[in-house]
Amino acid sequence: MGLDLSFFTWDLARNFLIGGLIFSVVLTLVAMTGGIFFGTLLALARLSDRPWLAFPAAGYVNAMRSVPLVMVILWFFLLIPFLIGRPIGAEWSAVITFTAFESAYYSEIMRAGVQSVARGQAAAGFALGLTYAQSMRLVVLPQAFRNMLPVLLTQTIILFQDTSLVYAIGAYDLLKGFETAGKNFNRPVEAYTLAAVVYFVICYSLSGSVRRLQRRMAVVR
Amino acid sequence: MIEIRNVSKWFGAFQVLKDCSARVDKGEVVVVCGPSGSGKSTLIKCVNALEPIQEGEITVAGIPVTDPKTDLPKLRAKVGMVFQHFELFPHLSIMQNLTLAQVRVLRRTREEANEKALKLLDRVGLRDQAQKFPGQLSGGQQQRVAIARALAMDPLAMLFDEPTSALDPEMINEVLDVMVELAHEGMTMMCVTHEMGFARKVAHRVVFMDGGEIVEDASKEDFFGKPRSERAQLFLSKILQH
Ligand SMILES: Nc1ncnc2c1ncn2[C@@H]1O[C@H](COP(=O)(O)OP(=O)(O)O)[C@@H](O)[C@H]1O
Ligand SMILES: [Mg+2]
Repeated sequence: MGLDLSFFTWDLARNFLIGGLIFSVVLTLVAMTGGIFFGTLLALARLSDRPWLAFPAAGYVNAMRSVPLVMVILWFFLLIPFLIGRPIGAEWSAVITFTAFESAYYSEIMRAGVQSVARGQAAAGFALGLTYAQSMRLVVLPQAFRNMLPVLLTQTIILFQDTSLVYAIGAYDLLKGFETAGKNFNRPVEAYTLAAVVYFVICYSLSGSVRRLQRRMAVVR
Repeated sequence: MIEIRNVSKWFGAFQVLKDCSARVDKGEVVVVCGPSGSGKSTLIKCVNALEPIQEGEITVAGIPVTDPKTDLPKLRAKVGMVFQHFELFPHLSIMQNLTLAQVRVLRRTREEANEKALKLLDRVGLRDQAQKFPGQLSGGQQQRVAIARALAMDPLAMLFDEPTSALDPEMINEVLDVMVELAHEGMTMMCVTHEMGFARKVAHRVVFMDGGEIVEDASKEDFFGKPRSERAQLFLSKILQH
């Protein structure tokens, strides 16, 4: 039995895949932006010498990092409507879940990033009269972010792969697009194979860019 | 200008400062010296509350540093500090290093801040480096930029923590020259340094620390003439050998 790819046409891509691809990419970008933002706040809370900030932050991060993502996806899907008192679509549920989940991972990266910046940098900021928030925002975090850029991007590639887990709540992403096309044309094996190739090409070329970026940063330093 | 009264400080169980008292009057240059690990850096950081203290009191220009109600950022903006390892912001250009706090803390306009920065860069002989980044400058140049950055805030007093000890020998003088000029202009200065030539030239008083204590606080003439404590004599004989 050979693979018959003749069913794969631009029409099919337009009808089944583009919408899914757009959702996967948007979900990745939103979860990345939100995840880095909240992750940075979590990292700062964790590094704080105030226990009432550090403990809850550490607890949240460790909890998120200790459970399978697919469980969190299902759990949030059931929990959020209960919390806000009305049903919420699979798409919004996915956005909220991925942001919350990825925050934990990005926070560990940003924590390492903040620690990679010499302590004297924050002190120099304070000595000039900058507040804690200003020292972080203007002095420490830009350097932390820059030092961690390759790792942050690598995490984002993993995030893109993980977005396929929204199948669990029935959201229509890139993988779901392939699956639906496969069902419609009765070609599931070919559809999943193509899906794998597409994910591979996207992620492999992105990690190639990260490697190039890493080399360039190594030269600059 | 700076008053340190009966200050004690602990890192955990380790007492790093033991009942230290010292003062720096307006326009005075006080050099703080002593063996490594004696608590000099810690003491000078306490002056602008970069380190908290457990006992005693510090005031700067009459403002109690140790009072929890004191607006620390506002106070620190009036006290310049120069670090052993420069601590220029590597992601910002020299110009941005000099204008950041002027704009964000003193709320100067960008034009005012730029003008001030260029004037100070001129003064430390680095105007032509304004657009470079710290990593492109030599250690001596970076430390001169760091001094200019502190001066851009129009400080009431300047704190120096071993500003030349991370420098290659041939760059020490370019930094000391800037400091001497500053002293001659009447800047209030508290300098942790082992540069005894600098101390002889501009210091009014010398404070000698050992083991977290201020062992000696003497006029320059007395300190170099005949230090009273044995520990100070030993220290001087060691560092004046070379
Ligand atoms: N953050 C810290 N935590 C614990 N011990 C410290 C800390 N900073 C300094 N010390 C200790 O305090 C002592 C004095 O340090 P320091 O003020 O840096 O001395 P100096 O500047 O005179 O060489 C040293 O024994 C040092 O190991
Ligand atoms: Mg020191």
